[in-house]
Amino acid sequence: MALYLCLVGIVPTFGERALIDDIVTLGQASLLLTALVVGYVAALRVRAGDPGQRPLRLVLGGTVAGAITGLSLTLLVLLGSVVDLRSIAQPAGPELYDLLTFDLGVPGAWLPVSVGALMGAIAGASLLLPVWLRRALAVGLGALILLGLFAGILRTPMLSSDLSDLGRFLFASNGLTLEGAIITVVIATGGDILLRRLDARKRISRLSEAQRRVALPPVLLVVLVVVLVLPQGLGPFFAQVVALVALYILMGLGLNITLGLAGLLDLGFVAFFAVGAYTVGLLTSTAEFGIAQWPFWAAVPFAVLIAMLFGAVLGLPILGIRGDYLAIATLGFGEIIRILAGSDLMKPFLGGPRGIINIPKPIDVPPNDFLAGPQQIYYISLLCAGLIAFVAWRLRDSRIGRAWVAIREDEDVAEAMGVNLVQTKLMAYMLGAAFAGLGGAIFAGLIGSIFASSISLQVSINVAAIVIVGGMGSIPGVVLGAIFLIGLPELFREFSEYRFLFYGIALIVMMRLRPEGLLPSRIVRREMHLPENVEAAGAPVGSNVAAEVQERA
Amino acid sequence: MYANWVERVLDIAIALFLWALRIVVVLVVVVGSLLTLASGRFAPETWAQLAVDGAAIGSIYALLALGYTMVYGILRMINFAHGEIFMSGAFGGYFAAVILAGNGFLNANPLASILSIIIMILVAAAIAVALSVLVERIAYRPLRNAPRLVPLISAIGASFFLQYSFRGLLGPGIFAYPAVGILNQDVGVPFIRVQWIDVLVIVSAVLMMTGLYLFVMRTKLGTAIRAVSEDKSTAALMGIDVNRAIVTTFVLGAAMAGAAGVLYGLVFRQVFFFTGFIPGIKAFTAAVLGGIGNIPGAMLGGLFLGEVETIGPTLFLSGLGVPSPNQLKDVVAFTMLVLVLIFRPSGLLGERVTKQRA
Repeated sequence: MALYLCLVGIVPTFGERALIDDIVTLGQASLLLTALVVGYVAALRVRAGDPGQRPLRLVLGGTVAGAITGLSLTLLVLLGSVVDLRSIAQPAGPELYDLLTFDLGVPGAWLPVSVGALMGAIAGASLLLPVWLRRALAVGLGALILLGLFAGILRTPMLSSDLSDLGRFLFASNGLTLEGAIITVVIATGGDILLRRLDARKRISRLSEAQRRVALPPVLLVVLVVVLVLPQGLGPFFAQVVALVALYILMGLGLNITLGLAGLLDLGFVAFFAVGAYTVGLLTSTAEFGIAQWPFWAAVPFAVLIAMLFGAVLGLPILGIRGDYLAIATLGFGEIIRILAGSDLMKPFLGGPRGIINIPKPIDVPPNDFLAGPQQIYYISLLCAGLIAFVAWRLRDSRIGRAWVAIREDEDVAEAMGVNLVQTKLMAYMLGAAFAGLGGAIFAGLIGSIFASSISLQVSINVAAIVIVGGMGSIPGVVLGAIFLIGLPELFREFSEYRFLFYGIALIVMMRLRPEGLLPSRIVRREMHLPENVEAAGAPVGSNVAAEVQERA
Repeated sequence: MYANWVERVLDIAIALFLWALRIVVVLVVVVGSLLTLASGRFAPETWAQLAVDGAAIGSIYALLALGYTMVYGILRMINFAHGEIFMSGAFGGYFAAVILAGNGFLNANPLASILSIIIMILVAAAIAVALSVLVERIAYRPLRNAPRLVPLISAIGASFFLQYSFRGLLGPGIFAYPAVGILNQDVGVPFIRVQWIDVLVIVSAVLMMTGLYLFVMRTKLGTAIRAVSEDKSTAALMGIDVNRAIVTTFVLGAAMAGAAGVLYGLVFRQVFFFTGFIPGIKAFTAAVLGGIGNIPGAMLGGLFLGEVETIGPTLFLSGLGVPSPNQLKDVVAFTMLVLVLIFRPSGLLGERVTKQRA
């Protein structure tokens, strides 16, 4: 209960946050959703504590919880009308109050609390619905929100294509139209019900092994085609985003070897990224600091090699130390390289803050070619990512791969079994560094220049978050993580300011509910759910969470 | 056999490399210092001045390092969000100072100024403690028995969450601390410029650290904390409320961090949402330097780190002809972190815990 109350206490903060991006409807939707979720969780709690399952209680529990959520907003409005809160909470301006009270100002201050109660009541009542209907409605709601978020991005290309009528019908200039929204909910809800009726999943699993093998190639082919045509025709912005996602998939796969297989939490990934990028810059640039003016592709192997060498030199001394110390030490490396790159000391060589410019494009094509601009980076990154995935996949079951996993599981036991700790770790670290260098090299090709300010801690954190959220040691997990953590914030520019806030929440929530990541590898999942861990998490909060997880499953 | 032979050679290569590293570091420090001193570019007063500045920033690191070291001692976990707790304290102090400056109390007379600073520290400590307890409850407690990396990742998440919550609330701008007049007056030490702010920082840090030390060593709750950090389950069997001891640890650490935040704000006169990150990592360095889990060690480590990072760049690097060595302050600090982890992971005063498994 205490946990729940503090959740409610946080709610107004969240509310404000989502509102700032001045898409009014989205902001209000986020608040309604918050009240809905709080009401739902409260009703779940009520049900857990009340085996009799009296319906009134559920509704009442949801209502009270929703009302408390709304009340905090009402109080905020009332308080805000007396004192100017903007000095301690920048977003708390008149716009926010108008948004909370549906443009009624202070007289409308009662609105949030009543709307919150209503939402809570709905959420509580939804528990009375049969599971399939509840799930279908949730899917419909989710689809609505998703489409609302994507509206801006989908509309532009739709209007310029054959689908312009449909586009105009579904999307207004700022979000969905009413018709579009209703249709979305109906289609998604109906689709979910239909799919469940058909028991699609069961049918697939009932297919025999041979049938599945026949079905697999076409499915893969479709996926491949979608992946290949993705950056075409959706405009340069979208192409840039997918190129970035592909680049992060590449780097995520690199770190996946270090972190996912060998269990070394490397927070200084950017150091090797920088080495790779600057090596390419130095070797290829036709401007001031270039020393060789090589073509891009001649420089890439050197970038990878030198990054690997750096990995060896930096890794050697520190790989003997314990895991969590290693994280801090590597973080230190990242900072050291970043500061050095921008310092006066290296300025005669690396250009300091002004950086190295005029790095040639990897493939020189006329501007309208299908390989022009970010598209070529996309394909190059994907190709390299595929290569790394292949290497990682082959390495995983090799002698060294098994040694890595052994170290991840238990260093002492691994050592006792004859694994040379430092050397085995060093291999993982150097491979990670090499792929980081490759990522940096391609990044330099994408941007066409490299500045000290591109070398930031955020790159390290991005990559580490991708691997952790996606699922350590799992290749599909990394892909999914990159799409979620890089692609989505890039697409929703309004939200990109809050990207790291979401990272923070995502990391905590993931660690609490699914420490193995979204799409974990089999071994990690098993390891994270050892009976002793489950049992040991016997603190009241832990068991509540466990109960909730079971409830949802 | 072949594999063994390769491994042997590699092992020797690694050992040689580590020795070479030691020699290079010693050479840089010794030769750099000698060259700098021989050049005579810096007067003795300059060094004394740097030492005073170093002691001030070092005291702040020491206060922060206490939080790291105590939490590590009791949970074997790096409280990555501690730097953000520090930042929240700095902001708490800032808002208290703005209000106090608004009604003219802050600079009314010396007594009022001192009172104001105490109020600022109390407000900061309160905010820091509240946040820290919340973080412990939400992000750490449920993961207490999880595999080692799990709570660390959660702590990193908490750190980013706090950072960007403050950014969302207050915006990305830099907030200027109101000036407290008496703090910038000279104490009157001959030859060097010692301001009252330096005295305040050092004295209050020493007072708080002494208080903490006495608390941990002399009180019942302090004994409980030490018992829990020795052995959680045995302590629980002895009737000690383990959760209470852990929360107390977080409270103490956060109070120190909040106070450190105000002192930091008073020294550097500015605070923004990223203020806590780098000092946080450096304070962790200080904790490792002193021997993690060791309270006097953290104080010593903090002071040492403050001095080295303030004096170091000028002393070691300017003699070697490095331009604008002060840019490399953080490089010196982080290099020291790495060096300590390699060559003396037990720290100056600590037992050897880095290799020991939790």
